[in-house]
Amino acid sequence: MVLNNIEKLLEKYENGETSLKEEQVLKNYFSSDTVAPHLEMYKPMFEYFLVNQQEQFTKDVPLKTKRTFNYKWISVAAVAVLMLGFYFKQPIESSYKEYAYGTYDNPKDALNELETSLAMISSHFNKGASTVGYLEEVNKGTSALGYLNEIEKTTSIIFKN
Amino acid sequence: MTQTEFLNIVMPFKDKVFRLAKRLLVSTEEAEDATQEVLLKLWKNKKKIQEYKNVEAFSMTMTKNFCFDKLKSKQAQNLKIVHSNYEDKQTSLQKQVELNDSVDWVAKIIEDLPEQQKMIIQLRDIEEYDYDEIAKMLDMNNTAVRVNLSRARKTIREKLTNTHNYGIK
Repeated sequence: MVLNNIEKLLEKYENGETSLKEEQVLKNYFSSDTVAPHLEMYKPMFEYFLVNQQEQFTKDVPLKTKRTFNYKWISVAAVAVLMLGFYFKQPIESSYKEYAYGTYDNPKDALNELETSLAMISSHFNKGASTVGYLEEVNKGTSALGYLNEIEKTTSIIFKN
Repeated sequence: MTQTEFLNIVMPFKDKVFRLAKRLLVSTEEAEDATQEVLLKLWKNKKKIQEYKNVEAFSMTMTKNFCFDKLKSKQAQNLKIVHSNYEDKQTSLQKQVELNDSVDWVAKIIEDLPEQQKMIIQLRDIEEYDYDEIAKMLDMNNTAVRVNLSRARKTIREKLTNTHNYGIK
């Protein structure tokens, strides 16, 4: 009876008319040990199907979340940098002015300081000028050489004659 | 959509994708690459995933198309995909000994079938989809699926009977 049923199912199976449930019945039948000898050749087929159902995909899939970079943030950063730049520029400029024009609040102090520093400059300047005094000796020497011109004049008169 | 949500959708059928790819491409490595590719494509289009009525069927169609592209490009290069699964992951040595030659025969017979029949056998007898789903995945009509399935089953049976008889006669 069972065998009869299976044979009918097999025929339907080959015609592609079986439902999934009926196919399951066939699979169960052929995976058991009591398969009729004349249906033996179906056994590897169903066995193969069952074995293949077990195969699994084991490889990893690298799922990277693609970061879409938002260019708006660049402009935000740029504005921030600019603002910082303006903010820090102010104090630097004012300290530069202080440095350039001195730190004296009282004009008298400033005048005293200026006088002393100018005096220092002039004294150093004079040191240099006193050494230049030796150059006058050279002038004396050259004026003495002036007599040689007289000699040249007289010799030229002699040679003319 | 977060990664876990995506995995929850994809996990149930990733093996099916892999097996279909392997059915078409034969080599395990190629099938793994194909599966990876298909899953990555899904991941990239994850925003649209909610719009698909049936993600599983959609992925199977994608796999089919991807494998066909693969096969075509291999043919164009005049390269044949060689069956070179040096290490057999699916069956342990013990199991392999138990399985007799005839199970391998089935694999060879199925490999020789036309691609369409191969896929239908894979989807119906191994993955156990119903006819309507298969028809949708393969972009065929219902009766065409049945006809092809019937042909494939008959071919397998005939060839198996032949080899089965070699042992006796």
